Parts: sequence; structure tokens; C-alpha cells
Amino acid sequence: MTWFPIGTIDDIPQRGARCVVTPQGKIGVFRTHDDRIFAIEDHCPHKGGPLTQGIVHGASVTCPLHNWVISLETGLAQGADEGAVRTIPLKIEEGRILIALDRQLMAAE
Amino acid sequence: MAEKLVIVGNGMAPGRMLEHLFEEAPGRYEVIIFNAEPRVNYDRIMLSPVLSGEKSYEDIVIHGDGWYIQHGVTLYKGHKIVAVDRDARTVTSDHGVTERYDKLVIATGSVPFIIPVPGKDLPGVITYRDLDDVNAMLLAAQSRDRAVVIGGGLLGLEAAAGLKERGMDVTVLHVMPTLMERQLDPAAGYLLQKAVEARGIKVMTKANTKAIVGDGKVEGVELADGAVIPATLVVMAVGIRPNVALAKDAGLAVNRGIVTDDRMETSDPNILSVGECAEVGGNVYGLVAPLYEMARVAAANLAQSANKRFVHSDTPTKLKVTGIDLYSLGDFADGDDREEIILRDASAGVYKRVVLKENRIIGTVLFGETGDGAWFNDLKKKETDISEMRDTLIFGQAFQGGASADPLAAVAALADDAEICGCNGVCKSKITGTITSKGLTSLDDVRAHTKASASCGTCTPLVEKLMVLTLGDSYNPAAITPMCTCTTLGHDEVRRLIKAKRLKTIPAVMQELEWKTSCGCAKCRPALNYYLVADWPDEYADDYQSRFINERVHANIQKDGTYSVVPRMWGGVTSAKELRAIADVVDKFAIPTVKVTGGQRIDMLGIKKEDLPAVWADLGEAGFVSGHAYAKGLRTVKTCVGSDWCRFGTRDSTGLGIRIEKFMWGSWTPAKVKMGVSGCPRNCAEATCKDVGVICVDSGYEIHFAGAAGLDIKGTEVLGQVRTEDEALEVIVALTQMYREQARYLERIYKWAKRIGYDEIRRQVLHDLPRRRDFYDRFVFSQKFAQVDPWSERVSGKDKHEFRPLAAVPYQLAAE
Repeated sequence: MTWFPIGTIDDIPQRGARCVVTPQGKIGVFRTHDDRIFAIEDHCPHKGGPLTQGIVHGASVTCPLHNWVISLETGLAQGADEGAVRTIPLKIEEGRILIALDRQLMAAE
Repeated sequence: MAEKLVIVGNGMAPGRMLEHLFEEAPGRYEVIIFNAEPRVNYDRIMLSPVLSGEKSYEDIVIHGDGWYIQHGVTLYKGHKIVAVDRDARTVTSDHGVTERYDKLVIATGSVPFIIPVPGKDLPGVITYRDLDDVNAMLLAAQSRDRAVVIGGGLLGLEAAAGLKERGMDVTVLHVMPTLMERQLDPAAGYLLQKAVEARGIKVMTKANTKAIVGDGKVEGVELADGAVIPATLVVMAVGIRPNVALAKDAGLAVNRGIVTDDRMETSDPNILSVGECAEVGGNVYGLVAPLYEMARVAAANLAQSANKRFVHSDTPTKLKVTGIDLYSLGDFADGDDREEIILRDASAGVYKRVVLKENRIIGTVLFGETGDGAWFNDLKKKETDISEMRDTLIFGQAFQGGASADPLAAVAALADDAEICGCNGVCKSKITGTITSKGLTSLDDVRAHTKASASCGTCTPLVEKLMVLTLGDSYNPAAITPMCTCTTLGHDEVRRLIKAKRLKTIPAVMQELEWKTSCGCAKCRPALNYYLVADWPDEYADDYQSRFINERVHANIQKDGTYSVVPRMWGGVTSAKELRAIADVVDKFAIPTVKVTGGQRIDMLGIKKEDLPAVWADLGEAGFVSGHAYAKGLRTVKTCVGSDWCRFGTRDSTGLGIRIEKFMWGSWTPAKVKMGVSGCPRNCAEATCKDVGVICVDSGYEIHFAGAAGLDIKGTEVLGQVRTEDEALEVIVALTQMYREQARYLERIYKWAKRIGYDEIRRQVLHDLPRRRDFYDRFVFSQKFAQVDPWSERVSGKDKHEFRPLAAVPYQLAAE
């Protein structure tokens, strides 16, 4: 696991998200109304919708394509829908956001 | 043969009396009513909501014309009785109609008290008593000018709040040191004044009116200290007095009111009196509950069904200004033999005071939190000894006897004979009993059968809780579908409260309306954002994080995460230059699909999000603006070539379409709005399946609305025909604004119109000219803030973060 700096909290709007392009695909970094930061795959388990384009509410995001609700904390689809996205380890140091990417997987790209 | 019952007056008291009478002695009397007002019986308590715009006249009608026909009642509308001949037993109206009676009921109500100052008869001075007064005020309010309300009592404050809601600059003059001093103690009066002032209404207490000044019309009010307050409208709401003139002329015993015994009989046994004009037991009454009690007693007398007698009881006072909760009951003056318990919560604006005498409640004043009013009233009525619960009494019922704070449990704990509806005197067991025996399932049914919450409506939550208790899970409270799981409120209620409580941000809505989630969900947030944009166009800061992605980035998301872009082509007309610019953009950005849309314009599909601002920049250079093909807003105005080219075209349909589109683009609406203008009834622009359509004809413009050609297919309804293009535009704009103000989010025009009623919409945007103009003006005002091309804004750098990744982890670094 390697930590990569990707930006600061202020780069992300509250109740919003930004996308990070990585060799493993796109990762969504989300900021909640109470300034918690989460990173999950930017790829809805349903039909691959870009979750970063959804509406962020509480610690969840609603996919813009078909309104699946995904928990930012667990990556699990909420309600009656079943599915999950990968959550990405994330830490904040002095206002900078870092996400952890898997070395081996990356090497395999 | 049926006896003849003649009634003078058609207010709420005689209306209620007849309901009882028809129930108890159907067919016994042939009923003839003379009404000085030219209309049916309506709910006068609800005039304030009509003034503020929360309700319309139709909403408050108690007995429609059909009711009179059904019961064989002859109603003379606009007939004032000028003479009663007690010997011949006849009455005669000002239009010369004479009717004989066996029994006569005088229900002439009351007249507003006019303070005898110079200038009281100037045009622009009105009272607040009936629908004509409300209409006069609404007319005056269009000026958005200054109004002075004389009188800081119940009526005066309701009038002030309504006028303020209608956009006037309002000052209330009150002669006493605190507002509503007859119902409130000074502390509550102070809180009330603060709450009234917080709505932007100026309040002057100890203000003694000396004269109303003006040359030919009202120009201001002069106070005793010489100060002059400018005003173009003066509302006198200082009080009412029983209207006894007719009874006096007829030689009946008259004191303050028409003197009756406790069976509502006047000094002439063939003549009864009910309502605000009647004086029974030495008292006259102005609140509806005792008046309905008179109606019950009089009906029993006329039906000779039961020996009912009128008994005095205190009636609670409530103010019908949404957002200000106050409740007052009984006697709350200080005294040596009295004790009081007071609770104040300054930050919450709550004040509660219970006045006790020998451990029994004799009076209550509640401000800010009035939920326990019914419970205090019940304790007072039953003269319950409260010494056991004295320490917790003021906190209300939920804190007694270990009962939980669950509001349902509190209602369940009420005694069977506890009064739920003060206006109509309906107790708990009557409601629960009727629900069970008649199998009622909706609030409307309960209102129809028991009258509970059918007058002022403030007890509606209590009645609904009783329905939940009685029906269990099978009752869907209020039969209202909540907006989403974040709230129990429906869209209409939320919209109403946003206006009434002047909520101007999403957090304010969620706080004040007690949202169950911290920041809503993907269902309610876009709806709230729309409601706030629509209601406060100049003040509300659009919350982009609450908009669906399409409206956030001003393009349509596709299944693969790319976007499509549709520039506006006004009325579907384009040019070589525009087409060349589109072709260049398609080449430059390698746009995979170009498609002609159903709305007569061109769609470019498969554009990467990062490319959007550059695409827009190029389109913008060619003069294109956003087509809002992604918006809950005005989409397209489809046209035919009309009289410019077509041999059948009657008018310039293309020109009108372009004019409408240029006037209305950029406006947000509850759901998408598509329009069409056809130049003749052959209707090549397919205007008769649009949200709004126009068919040009020789004699003018036929305006259509409420069509659908999507999930549902529905031909339009005809709104009406107008003669000029200007008028057509005004009506269409007014219709759209009415829809913007009243519909639920995502509700297309055809669904909204079906729910509201086509006739009602016709009335408001076609026939009622002042109203039409108001809608039009509000739309124009809102456009000042809405007509900004979102594409050029983003080309200039707005919301940059939306179109760029936060970071890219480089491959080589990642692969190290």
C-alpha cells in the first residue's frame, strides 16, 4: 500500500465529490455536510454510473443513472438494492488528503 | 303544509342551524334566506388565509349552490331586509321582495366599529369583515404601497399579516400598550409584537388615531401626537358591534345585542336570533364556538326536538397567522387570590402561563408552543385539582404521570369528553365513535361527518392523531404522501410553510420543518432547492449540490458517463452560420453522434465531461446559448412556419414561438415544460399535446394547456382564446408562474392541472385580470435573476472543479 496525496479538503465542495484518475480506474473522493471525507470507487455496482456525479446526502451518495444509494462508509448499496463498491483507505495530514493504492495491483496494470 | 321559516342573514351561525334542523326535522319547514351579501355561506374564520393567499374563496365555501337546491332552500343573494312587519308576519327586502313567515330567525351578525375621526369616509379606508373587504384589500395590495391597520387585535393582526404577505409595507397602530391585550397578558403581548415585527410589519402601540388625512383619497393617518404615517390603504379593525338595527326597528328588545332567552327566542316568540347579533344571558359573542352552540339550540327549538338551552363557556382564542402560535383562554388577570406558574424559554420564543385559583386552572396564555392548549382547557373545564401535578403542570400533558413524550400517547390519554375542536365543540369520543361507526378513513370524511377541524383547522393534527389511534396502521396520516422518508410532510405542506415561515435556505427548511435526516436525500434536496428558487428568486442562493447532475453541469448525462449538449434554436429556426458552427464543433471534439431532437433542435451526444466548457466556448462564439435540454425548466417552443410561408397560416406562429422562448428561457419549473405554437388548426407544430400550446386562428390565439405525450398521452385542454399576441404571452406566462408557485416538484403541468382543476386555473390566469397580472409580474421579476446563460458562465470559469479531476495518479509513479 502506498499513500498518494491528491489534494486538500477545500478542493471538494461540501456535500460534493471529486474524481481521481488512477491506474486502477476512477476513484471518487467525497466530502459530507459535516466535513467527513471518504474515498470509494467511482463506479456504481449497478450499471457503472459515475458516483461522483451523484447527490451526496448524509454519508451516502445517490447514483445519477438509476438512483441507487451507496454508503460512503461501507461501499454497500442501501435499501433493497444489493451490491458494493470498494472503499479506498484515506487519511488526512495537515489538511492534505491521501489515499492508499495497492502497489501490486498497480504494477499489474 | 310545511311551515315557512325565513332567515335574515346567511353567515355561519344560521348555516349551521339549518344543518341541524334538516337533520332533526327534515321537511318540516320551507326555508327562505335573505343574504345582504351576494353569495352563499362561507367560512368567515378563513378570510385571513384568503387574504394571505393560502386559500381561495372556493376553498372556504361551506354550502355551495347545490346545497341550497338539495334542501329546497330559496336563497335571495344580495337582498337586504329593510322591514319586518310583526303583525302581518312578513319581511321585505330592499329589492321589494316580501315573504311571509311562521318563524323568523334574525342572524344579521355584526358591523365593524368605525372610529369617529375626520377622514373616516375617504376612499381607501376599509374594514375587515367580509369577502368584499378582502377583495378590496387585495386590489389595494397590488400597489405594493403602504398600508396602515388600525387595531392590534385578532382581526387587525391577521389583516396586517395578509397584507404584508401580499407585498405591502404595513404599519399596525394599536391604542393600548401591548397587542391583543384582551386575550394576552403583557409578556405574551410583547412576544407577539416581536414575532409580528420579525415579519417586517411595523407596530406602534399607544398610538391614538386623530384623523385620516388625504385629498379625495387616503394619504395617511395622523396620530394624536401630530405624527403622520403615510398610507394609501387604511384598514379599520378596532372591533365589531352587534348589528341590531333591523331588530330595533321591528320593536324587539335590544340591549347590546338582540336580547334572547336561553332558547334563542327574542321578545317575540315567533322570532329567534342567532350569531354575533344575539345577546344571550347578558353576553354577546364573536368567536365561532358559542355561535355554533346558539345554532344547535335554535335548531332544537325550531324542530321542537329537544329542550336544549344555551350555556356560557369560555372559548380559547387562537391567531390564524401561520408561524405565530398563540393560545389564550379564560381569566388571566393578576389577583390576590390567584397563583400563577410561568415558563419562559427566550431562545425558543416560548412563554407559558397558567393562572390558578384554589388549585384549579382558571386561565392560560401560551405563546410559541400551544400543543397543550386543549389539555389545559380540559383541566379548566373539569375544574380538576392540579395540586398533585403542580410541579410539572406547566411542561404539559406529556410530563404527567410518567406518560411518555410520545404525542400519540398524549392524545390517547385525553379523556373521552375532552374537547378536540373548539370551533365546533367536538369531543374526542364523538370523533373516534364516528370514525368507527361510519367507517371513515380520510380527514375529509371526518371533517364532513363530525365537523372537527372543519372551521379554523388548527386542531387538524389532533384529529389526525385520533385517526391514527382509531384506525391504526390502516390510516395513512392526512392521506398525504410525504416528500420522502426524511419528512412526514407532503410537498404542498412544505411549499406552504416555506412561504408562511419565510424559510430561505435548505438548512432553515430542514430545521424548522423538523427533517429527520441531517441533510436530506436525493429526493427532497432537489425539490427544496426548486421551491426556494421559485419562491425567493432574488434572495435564495441556488444550492448546486442539491441539483441533479444534469442541472449542475448543464448537460445531459448518458449511460456511459459522457454528456450530450443541445444548444437553443429559438423556435426551431436555424441558419447556415449556426449549422456550420455545430459541424465544426462536432469535428473538433470528435463527437460521435449528432441527432435531431423532437423539439426542433440538434443534440450532440457522447461528449466527455472535461470537454464541455471548450465545446460551449465554441458554440458560444457562434451565438448559441444553453438549450436547457437537461433542465426542469423551459425546454423548447416548437413552431410551424405560419403566415410567413404557409398558405394556410393565419398568423406568425414562428415569431410568437420565438418571442415566448426568448421571454421565458432560463426559468426553472417544477418539471420540464415544452411548448408549441401552430399557425392554424391543422396544427403542424403538434401544439395540442404540449404542456402549453397555442393554435393561431383568424380571430386570435387559442391557448391550450395540460397536454402530454410521454408516459401518458393526453390531448390539451383549451384554456381560452385571446385576441392579441401580447395577451397570449401574458396568459401563458401567468399560467407558467401559477404552475411554478403551486405544483409539486417533478409534477408535469397535466398532472398538476388535473389536481387543481382546469376551471380554477382558467379563473386565476385568464378571467381574474389582477391575478393574472400578479402572476405575470412575479415571473418577470424572477427572470431578472434566472436569465443568465449557464454555458457562458462556465466558459468564464464558474464551477471549474466540476469539469476537472481532482488529481491523476501518474502511471509511472504508481507502477514504481
